[in-house]
Amino acid sequence: MSADEKSGSLLEARNVTKRFGGLAAVSELNLHVDKGELVGLIGPNGAGKTTVFNLITGVYDPTVGEIVFDGRVINPYKPWQVTRFGMARTFQNIRLFRELTALENVKIGSNTGSRAGLPAAIFQTPKLKQNDRILEERSLALLEKMRLSQVADTRAGDLAYGLQRRLEIARALATNPKLLLLDEPAAGMNPQEKHELRELIREIRREFELTVMLIEHDMKVVMGLCERIYVLDYGQIISQGTPEQVRTDPKVIAAYLGTETAA
Amino acid sequence: MVRWALGRVVSIALTLVILYFISTYVGPRLQEYVLNVVVLCGIYVILAVSLNLINGITGQFSIGHAGFFAIGAYTGAAWSVLWLPRIIDLPFLKLGTFVGDATNLVIALILGSLAAGVAGFIVGLPSLRLRGDYLAIVTLGFGEVIRVLLLNTEAVGGARGMSGIPALVGSFHMELFWILLIIVMVIQLSRNLMRSVRGLTFLAVREDEIAADAMGVNTTRVKVTAFVIGSMFAGAAGVLYAHFFTGISPDAFDMNTSIIITTMVVLGGTGSVTGSVVAAILLTALPEFLRFMKDYRMVIFSTTLIVMMLTRPQGIFGHNELRWPRFLRRRKPAGQGSAA
Repeated sequence: MSADEKSGSLLEARNVTKRFGGLAAVSELNLHVDKGELVGLIGPNGAGKTTVFNLITGVYDPTVGEIVFDGRVINPYKPWQVTRFGMARTFQNIRLFRELTALENVKIGSNTGSRAGLPAAIFQTPKLKQNDRILEERSLALLEKMRLSQVADTRAGDLAYGLQRRLEIARALATNPKLLLLDEPAAGMNPQEKHELRELIREIRREFELTVMLIEHDMKVVMGLCERIYVLDYGQIISQGTPEQVRTDPKVIAAYLGTETAA
Repeated sequence: MVRWALGRVVSIALTLVILYFISTYVGPRLQEYVLNVVVLCGIYVILAVSLNLINGITGQFSIGHAGFFAIGAYTGAAWSVLWLPRIIDLPFLKLGTFVGDATNLVIALILGSLAAGVAGFIVGLPSLRLRGDYLAIVTLGFGEVIRVLLLNTEAVGGARGMSGIPALVGSFHMELFWILLIIVMVIQLSRNLMRSVRGLTFLAVREDEIAADAMGVNTTRVKVTAFVIGSMFAGAAGVLYAHFFTGISPDAFDMNTSIIITTMVVLGGTGSVTGSVVAAILLTALPEFLRFMKDYRMVIFSTTLIVMMLTRPQGIFGHNELRWPRFLRRRKPAGQGSAA
C-alpha cells in the first residue's frame, strides 16, 4: 500500500485527531519521519506534545485518522505490540523500574529478544539459558556503550538524575528499536549534562542506525540537534522546517512569546 | 539437550529419594501434635510462596488466597469422598485393582490445582483493569463469595463441611513427603522464574506497569499467568490440607486465613521467596509455641507483629533472598539481588 509511495517514511501520522470529551488535544495532525532522520517536536506547555507521543506509541487510540509505522497501520495494536514492531520510548517523568538494578532494567528491555516461553523459563532449559546469556551480554555491552557499566548493579532508583535519564535511553535501546522516541530527554539537566546528552544522541543514532524523534523544551538542544522540526500549538502543527526556518517563523515566535495583537 | 534432560531426571529422582527418607525417618519419630504443627507450617509455606508470586513478585495485591485454598480443598475432598467411590466399582473401569493411596492423591492434587487455577484465571481477568486497593477489594470479595457458596451448598455438607476424607497421606507417614514435594516445586518454580529474563518481566509489571508496557511486556499475560500459577499451588495446598486433617468446613477458609497469608508475604518481605518461607513458619509456629501463655497468646502474637513492622517495615528479608554460601554456588548469578 502506501509504504511503496512513500518508501522513505518510517512513521507517518495521517490526519490524526484525538478528542478527550469535548477537548481536541490534537487535531488534524499530519507528520512524517523518514528513515534515519532526527526530528524534533516542540511547542509551548500544554500544546499536546506528549499526547502526540502517546498516540504514536499506541497508548491512546486516535479519534480520527491513522498512524502508520514501518508500513503498518498501528491503530489497533497495544503499546507492547508497537514496541515489538520496533518503536521504543522514554518518558517525560522518568519511569525506571526503581527497585531493580540498572542491568535488570536493561535486561527487561531486551525481553523483546527473548525467544523462550514460560515453561522453558520454569524448567531452565539449556536453550533458554543460552538465550538469556546472549541477552545479558547484549545488555552489558549496551550499558558499556552508554557509559553505565560502573553502576550496572546499582538500584536504578539510587542513581543520579542524569544517569537515570541515560539508563532510560539504554533500556529503550535494548528493545532493538528502529525508531526512538525521546520525551524531553534534557528536562532537569544542567548545561554540562545537556551537552553530553546531545553528543550521546548523535552517537547512538550513528551506532544503532536509528531514527529519532524527540520532544524538547530546551531550544538549544533542539536547534543544535534536529534536522527538521515540527512546532505544535493548541494541538495543531503551526510550523515545520529546518531549525533556521522555524526559528524565524513569526507564528512560532507568536506562540512562544505572544504578539502585540494577541488577545 | 540430552545431558540436560538426564541431569534433570537425576536431580528430580534424588530429590524424591531425599524427601522419602526425610518423611519415613523423621515423620514417625515426631509426636502427633508436633507433626500437626509441622504439616500446618508446610501448608502455609506453600500458600505464602504461591501468594508471593502474585503479590510480591507481580505486585497484584490479592487478599483472597483462602478462596483458592478452599477450592482446592473441596475439589480434592469431593474427588476422594464423592466421586471416586462412585466410579471405583464400575465394572468396565476396574479401577479398584490399581488405584492405590498415592494414585488417588495425585489425581486429587491435579483436580484441586486445576480447579483453583481456573478460578485464578477468572479472578485474574479483572486484575487487568483494577489496581491497588480496588483489586484487593475484588479478591477479598472473591474469597468471601467462595466461602458463602460452600456454606450453602448441601452437596458438600454446607456448614458442617465434609468429613471422612481418607487420610491418604497418613497411612505410611507420607504426609511430609507430599507436602515437602509441593514446597520444593513452588520454591523451585519461583526461583527459576526469577532467574530468567522472562521472570524479570513479572517484576517489571510490579515496578511500573506503563513502563513495562512500553518495553514490549505483555502485562495482561504476565498478570493472568501469575494468578493462575499462584492459585494452582494454593489449590494443591488445599488438597493436602483436606487429606491430612480428613475433615474440612467453610470457616477454615475465612477472611482471617486470607489475611494471615497476606501478612506472611508482607512480613517476609514482598517478593522474597525466602522471606515468605520464614514468615510462614514463624506465623504458624509462634501461636503454638505461645500456647503456655493461655489467654495472653494472641496479645504476644500481635505485639510481635507490630514490633516487626516498626523495626523492619521492608519485611524480614526485604527484597533479598537467602543464597548458598559463595563456595557452594556454581557460578555468580549475575545481576541478581540488589543488595550492595
